[in-house]
Amino acid sequence: MKEGRPRSFYVLAIFFAAYVLFLYGPMIAIYVLSFQGPQGGLTFPMNGVSTFWIAKLFQGTGIVDLGAAFRRSLLLGVIVMIVTVVLSVAAGMAFRRKFRAQSILFYSAIASLIVPSIITSLGISLEFRIIDDLIKAHWNENFETSMGLLTSGLGAHLTWTLPFGLLIMFAIFNRFDPRLEEAARDLGATPWQTFRHVVLPIILPSVIGIGLFGFTLSWDELARSSQAIGAVNTLPLDLQGLTTTVTNPDIYALGTVISAVSFTVITLALGTIHVLNKRQAAKGSDAGKGLV
Amino acid sequence: MSEEVLQQASPGLIPGSGTARAAKPTRLSPSFISWLQAGPMMLVFLAFFLIPLAFVVIVSFWDYNEYQLLPHFSGRGYTDTFEGCLAQLPELCTIGKTYLKTLKLCFMVWAITLFIGFWIAYFLAFHVKSKTWQMGLSLLCTIPFWTSNVIRMIAWIPLLGRNGLVNSGLMKTGLINHPVEWLLFSEFSVVLALVHLFTFFMVVPIFNSMIRIDKSLIEAAYDAGASGFQTLVNVIIPLSKPGIVIGSIFVITIVMGDFITIGVMGGQQIAAAGKIIETRVNALQFPAAAANAVILLVITFLIITMMSRIVDIKKEL
Repeated sequence: MKEGRPRSFYVLAIFFAAYVLFLYGPMIAIYVLSFQGPQGGLTFPMNGVSTFWIAKLFQGTGIVDLGAAFRRSLLLGVIVMIVTVVLSVAAGMAFRRKFRAQSILFYSAIASLIVPSIITSLGISLEFRIIDDLIKAHWNENFETSMGLLTSGLGAHLTWTLPFGLLIMFAIFNRFDPRLEEAARDLGATPWQTFRHVVLPIILPSVIGIGLFGFTLSWDELARSSQAIGAVNTLPLDLQGLTTTVTNPDIYALGTVISAVSFTVITLALGTIHVLNKRQAAKGSDAGKGLV
Repeated sequence: MSEEVLQQASPGLIPGSGTARAAKPTRLSPSFISWLQAGPMMLVFLAFFLIPLAFVVIVSFWDYNEYQLLPHFSGRGYTDTFEGCLAQLPELCTIGKTYLKTLKLCFMVWAITLFIGFWIAYFLAFHVKSKTWQMGLSLLCTIPFWTSNVIRMIAWIPLLGRNGLVNSGLMKTGLINHPVEWLLFSEFSVVLALVHLFTFFMVVPIFNSMIRIDKSLIEAAYDAGASGFQTLVNVIIPLSKPGIVIGSIFVITIVMGDFITIGVMGGQQIAAAGKIIETRVNALQFPAAAANAVILLVITFLIITMMSRIVDIKKEL
């Protein structure tokens, strides 16, 4: 091939740089604007610099009950994360050998990923409405609703996170060497011991990746929550509600806080993955180190 | 020492004595284990995806009044949706116009994200030689996804608004006298925000396809005297097709069903397929909402079927 860089490299490098600027520019603008002074508005120029709007959020005197929505979103995110990890790893293991209903599960996951979110969300809300009607008609006339954060809301989020979890598991086991399990079995390990001491440590970094995906997808999820979550709001729902009414930088402050949580969670997870990978590289195998 | 005594002292010591095997008398059959492992996920999809989808179809044929669902067969959900459409022919009725507008938005976003996505993926896959740089630059593109979509949408307000950076910049340079109004809460801002949000969904699958292309094929094309352009058209694009199709399916299904971006960036003024459903739900007209969901589902399904004719998606995953 040719020596040096062709001209197309420079053209595309500039194109790439422009794309990155396009991605980051607007977001940086709102992070900066959330530090407006008390008199500041929604646009530049800055009217002083302060943490006034962020403090206002945490005092609860702002536009939404941030604390409550924050706790709800966090609770839901953590539960979604745990359920996604457990179910994805289990189903991923199942897919390593053939079983009936395999393709039904696979196509359900893919369909759940690509059917527009509003339809899934509407379907779940209809389902729970019908369940409510049945309960009212047959058991308890005063029954309010079975919809809620941890019933319909949790289900709605799982239809979004589980397909990603499953696809990541496929990618993991594509690269997984089954001879390691064979070795464990030959040494007399039970299936559970094989999983616990051989498979899990090897796939752990990617499993943390699934958890991370689960949490952040749920934390930012909006379209599926919109009809399916019932009377309470998650943080993204509150934020969306604000977009039509707000004229203060509160909304940017809220945006900055939500982003900060996402960034912290992801950085922690990436850090853990990094540490685990290093441990694996250091202690994983003693092959070729001789007998001692 | 008799064999029996030895075995009592340490069971399983003597091979083939049967004790070790007897310790786990009920071995689960492999197919039962598979059910146990895959069952929970299947149940979630059944309860929160397949049954709800069935309810959407069923309820779309129910009747309704101002207060409640009436569970008996009726085509009202559909007739209300297409009200006056026959009478207005050959003029398009509101619902027809709305779907046409949705398709138009969808096509514009698809074309732009494909163009940007293809060249970004191309740059990352073929021009960035070191793995570390590839990883680093990809990560750079993913970081904005670490934050909520709504935040990334409202981020355009200080730039595009009446008193935003773009307008004040243009005013200062004297290019315009009055602020440009169509920058925000318009089709322009909707398309811009959708491209901003979803281009990376195009980049990832195309990059994955490109990275799998055997570099010697490109060298062979070069050795055979192909120009850069010929290599691109005859080698790289055909081999990237799976990625292009998967990315396109992602972008198209998201945009077809979107009501949040179109709502926020369109200033709640632009009608689109997803917004109709939302509006009907807010008016508690569930059968009509469901009927619209079915129509949207059919259109999305048709587009995906057309696209998956081009490649076998299951094989690519």
